[in-house]
Amino acid sequence: MKRRTLLGGAVAVALLGLDSAALAQQAPIKIGMSMAQTGGLAGGGKASLLGIEVWRDDVNAKGGLLGRKVELVVYDDKSSASETPAIYSKLLDVDKVDILFAPYATVPTAPLMPLVKQRGMLLIGNFSFQVNSKVGHDMWFNNAPWGPADSWASSFLDLGQKAGGKSIALLAADQEFAQNLAKTAREVATKLGMQVVFDQAYPPSTVEFSGILRALKAAKPDIVYVASYPPDSAGILRAVNEIGIGDNVKLFGGGMVGLQFGTVMENLGSLLNGVVNYNTWLPEPQMYNDGTKAFFETYTKRAVEAKVDPLGYYLAPYGYASGQMIEQAIKAVGSLDQKALAKYLRENTHKTIVGSITFAADGEWKESGVVQAQFRGVKDKNIEQFRSPGKQVILFPAKLKSGDLITPFEAARK
Amino acid sequence: MFSFELLRDAVLIGVLLGCFYAAVSLGLSIAFGLLDVPHVAHPAFLVLAAYVVYFLNEHYGVDPLLAGLLITPLFFLFGLVAYRLYYETFEKRGSDAGVRGIAFFFGIAFIIEVLIILQFGVDQRSVTADYVGKAWRIGEMRIPFRLVVAFVVAVALTVLLTLYLSRTFMGRAIRAVAQDQEALRLMGANPIRIKQWAFGIATAVLGIAGALLIIVAPVEPTLDRAYIGRTFCVVVMAGLGSMSGTLVAAIILGVAETIVLTLFGASWAPAISFAMLLGVLAVRPQGLFGRRS
Amino acid sequence: MKRTGIYFWTGAALFLGAALLMTQVIGNQYPFFAGYVILQFIVLAVAWSILGGYAGYVNFGTAAFFGIGVYTSVFLFKATGAPLPVQIAAAAAIGALMGFALGLLTLRMQGIFFSIATIAATIIIETAITNWRYVGGAAGIQLQRPAVTAPFDNYVEMLFFVQAMLVVLAVAISRYIQRSWMGRGLQALKDDELAAECTGVPTLRLKLMACVISGALMCAAGAPGAMYLQYADPSSAFNLNYSVSTLAMSLIGGTAHWAGPVIGAIVLGTTQQLLTVTISSEVNVLVLGVMLVLFVVAAPEGIIGLVRKVRRKRNEGEG
Repeated sequence: MKRRTLLGGAVAVALLGLDSAALAQQAPIKIGMSMAQTGGLAGGGKASLLGIEVWRDDVNAKGGLLGRKVELVVYDDKSSASETPAIYSKLLDVDKVDILFAPYATVPTAPLMPLVKQRGMLLIGNFSFQVNSKVGHDMWFNNAPWGPADSWASSFLDLGQKAGGKSIALLAADQEFAQNLAKTAREVATKLGMQVVFDQAYPPSTVEFSGILRALKAAKPDIVYVASYPPDSAGILRAVNEIGIGDNVKLFGGGMVGLQFGTVMENLGSLLNGVVNYNTWLPEPQMYNDGTKAFFETYTKRAVEAKVDPLGYYLAPYGYASGQMIEQAIKAVGSLDQKALAKYLRENTHKTIVGSITFAADGEWKESGVVQAQFRGVKDKNIEQFRSPGKQVILFPAKLKSGDLITPFEAARK
Repeated sequence: MFSFELLRDAVLIGVLLGCFYAAVSLGLSIAFGLLDVPHVAHPAFLVLAAYVVYFLNEHYGVDPLLAGLLITPLFFLFGLVAYRLYYETFEKRGSDAGVRGIAFFFGIAFIIEVLIILQFGVDQRSVTADYVGKAWRIGEMRIPFRLVVAFVVAVALTVLLTLYLSRTFMGRAIRAVAQDQEALRLMGANPIRIKQWAFGIATAVLGIAGALLIIVAPVEPTLDRAYIGRTFCVVVMAGLGSMSGTLVAAIILGVAETIVLTLFGASWAPAISFAMLLGVLAVRPQGLFGRRS
Repeated sequence: MKRTGIYFWTGAALFLGAALLMTQVIGNQYPFFAGYVILQFIVLAVAWSILGGYAGYVNFGTAAFFGIGVYTSVFLFKATGAPLPVQIAAAAAIGALMGFALGLLTLRMQGIFFSIATIAATIIIETAITNWRYVGGAAGIQLQRPAVTAPFDNYVEMLFFVQAMLVVLAVAISRYIQRSWMGRGLQALKDDELAAECTGVPTLRLKLMACVISGALMCAAGAPGAMYLQYADPSSAFNLNYSVSTLAMSLIGGTAHWAGPVIGAIVLGTTQQLLTVTISSEVNVLVLGVMLVLFVVAAPEGIIGLVRKVRRKRNEGEG
C-alpha cells in the first residue's frame, strides 16, 4: 500500500514534470488584429491597443491561458478599409493565429466581416457600429457599449424631452460613424414626435464652424444633437463659446467623438462645461468594477512612454475587457475551438472591468452601456482634474446616475 | 432658411476665414507663383511650424503669435537649405523637373509627417492665448477673436510682402528673376542666390502662418493633406505671384465656402470652392490677377 | 521587332498561365489578397504612365478614376446585380468618358496647372459621391459577393486572375502605344507641344486618345475593388494614397519605357505590402517618403534609367 502510493506519487511527479516542461515549450496562443497606427483613427487605435497589451501582460504574468503564453500579432491598417482584407488573410493563412480581434472602428472592420464569416472564425469587435446587420455572422461579438442601434440617440433625446425640448437640430460630420448616428437620431426624433428644425452634414476638414453654427442658432432648436469627429468637436465647441448658441437650447452634445480623449479635454478646458455627451467609461464611483482601478494605474504609467491618450477612458478599458472575455471563454471551454468559444460567449454574462457584458443574437451588447454625462466645473489646462469624480456627471442610464441635468445650456456653461 | 442677417454673418466670417487662407497661402504664392517650385510640401512645412509654436507655447508659455515670429529666422534658414537641395537635384539638371519635383516634395511631406508623429504623437494639439476662445460683440453679431487675429496678420503680411517685392532692391530682383532669369544673369546678378533668398522668405512666412493655423483650429500631424488643395487653389486662382491677388482670391474662397456651409447644403462646400478653381483655370488660366498674358 | 513581339506575348501567356495555376494549386489565401493589390497598382501605374510618362501630363486624379471605378461597380451591383465582367466594362466606359473630359482640360491647361485641375476635379467627384445616398453616401455600403464561377473555388482567387488579365491588357496597350506612331507623337508633344503641333503632329487627337485610354484602364482597375473589399466608402475609395503611390511607382520604375511602371509598381507595391505586415507603423509612411526622395534625387530616370546606364557603361567597357 505504502509502496504503491509512493510509486504513484513518483509517477505523478514525473508526469507533472514532463507536463509542465511540455507546456513551457508549447507554442503561444496567438491573437491577431489590425489596428490604426497611422491616419485619422490612430489616436484611438493606439490607446485601444495599449489596453489589450496591458491585458496580455496581466494574463501572461498569471501563467497564460491553457498553460500557453498569449502573444499579440498586430498590423497597422492605416485607418483605411482597403488594407484589412489582406492583413486578416495574412493573420489567418500565414501567421495562423488562434483568435481574431477586430480593428478599432467601423470602416476598417466592415470589409473583413464576410471573410471572417466564410472562415468560420470568431471575431471580437472593437467599437464598430452595426457592421454585422447585413452580414449576419453568428460568431461576431462587438465589444462596444452601443447596444441596440437606436439606444444611443434615444438616451440623449429622452433627456432632452424630459427637459421640455420639442424641436431638434442635427449637426453631423459627413463621415461614416457620424452619419449613422444622425440617421438613428432622425428616426428617434420622429418617433418621439419632435420637430427637426435643422439638419446638416458638414464636410470633413471644415476649418471654421462659426458660419454653420450661426445658421443652426437661427433655427432656434431646443435640442442640439452633434455627431462629430475629434478635430471638429474642438472647432465646434470653440465656435459655440464664441458666437453663442441661443438661450432656448436646453441640451447640447450627444455624439461628439473626441471629448473623451485626454488631450482634447485638456485643450478645451472650461469650454466643455454644460455639454452633455456620450461616454463609455468615466471615473464616477458607480463605474468601478473588479480590476478597473488596477487597470488604470498600469495604463496611466504606460501611456506616457507610449505617447497615447493619458486618460484612456474611451477605448483602453474595453480593449482590456475584450481580453478578459476571451480569457474567460477559453478557460471555460478548455480549448480554442471557435464554435465552442462562440457558444460560451453568446450564452453567458461576462464580468469585466467595464461591467457585466451580455451579447444579443446579432452580436451587439444586449443592453446599451453608453453613458450620457454633463461636464461640470471644468477648469482650463488641467488634465488631472478629469481623474476625479464630479467633472462629468452621469445623467443616463438611471442605474448609474450621479446627478441631474442642468438646463438651459447657457446656464450650465457657467 | 434664408435671411439677410445670416447672409451678412456668412460674408463677414467668410472674409475673415479667407484672410486666414491667404496667410497660409502667401508663402506658396512666392515659392510656386514667383519661383515655379511645385512646393507640395508647403502645407507640411506649415503644420511643422504649427507644432513648433505649440511646443513653445506648451512648455515655455510663449504667446503663439510671438512664437510664430520667433521661429521665422529658423524657418528662413530651413527654406534656404531646402531650396539649395531642390536646386542641386532638379533645376541644375534642367529638363523635366516638374513631376520629379512634385514627387520629391511629396516625399519630404511624408517624412515631416512621420517626424511629427514620432515627436508629438498622433493626438491633436492646440494652444492657449487670451484671444483664443473669445468673441468680439458688435450689437447682435459676435466675431471670434481668433479670426480677427488672422485677419490682421494676413493683411499685415500681404502689405509687407507687397511693399518688399515692389520697393526694396532684393524684392525687385525676386520679381525680375521670376520674369526673366537670363536677363538678370546678363546684368551680373546671381539668379540662384536671389531665388534661394526668396524661397527663404516664403518659408519664413510659414512661421507666422503656422502660428495662425494652430490659433484658428487644433492641428494634427496629417492636417497638411487637407491644405494641399486649398493653398494651391488660392495661389492659382489669384494668378501666380500676386500678393494682393492671393488675399483677394483667398477671400473669395472663404466667402464662397462659408455661404455654402451656412445657407445651402453644408456637405457641398468643398465641391463649390474647387469648382470655382476649375472654372477659373478653364476661363482664365493665368488666374484672376495673373502676371502671364 | 517581330521577335520581341513573340517574346512579349509568350511572356504574357506564361504570366497568365502562372496566375491561373496559382489559383488552382495554392491553398493559402494571403498571396491572392496581397497579390491583388500589387496587380491593381501595376494597372494603375501603367495606365498613369500613358498620359503622365509618354505625354508628360501629370495626372493627380488617379484616386478619382479609381474611386469612380469602384463606385460604378457598387452602383451596377446594387441596381441590377450585374456580374463582374459587366462591372469592369461599364467602369472602363465611364473611365473613357472621364478621360475625354480630362483631355479637353489639356486644351486650356498645361504643366502644373493641369495637375492642380485634376486635384480639384478629384475633390469635386468625391464630394458628389459622398452626397449620393443610393450608393451609401458618407456612411459607406456593404456588399455581398455572388457565388464564384468555375474554375475558381474562391472569389478572391478569381479577382486575382481578373486583375492579372487587366495587367496584360494594360501592358499590351502601353507597349503598343510606345512602339507605334502614337508613342512617337506623344514623345514629340512632351518635348515641345508647340513645335510638335507645327510639324503636323495631331496633338489634340493624341492627347485625347492618351487620356481616354489611361482613364478607361484606371477605372477598370478600380472596378473589381468593390467585390474585393465587399465594402465601399468614399474616403477609402478616393484616398490621396492612390494618386501619390501611382505617381511614385511610375517614377521609381522610370517612365521612358513601358516596363518602367511595371517594375516600379512591383518594387514599391511589394515593399508596401511587406512593410504592412512587418514594421507596420508610421515608419511605413517614412519608407515611402525616403524612397521617393532617394529615387528622384539619385535615379531621376528610375530603375529603367539605372539599368540603361549600367548597360551603356558595360558596352563602353567592352568597346
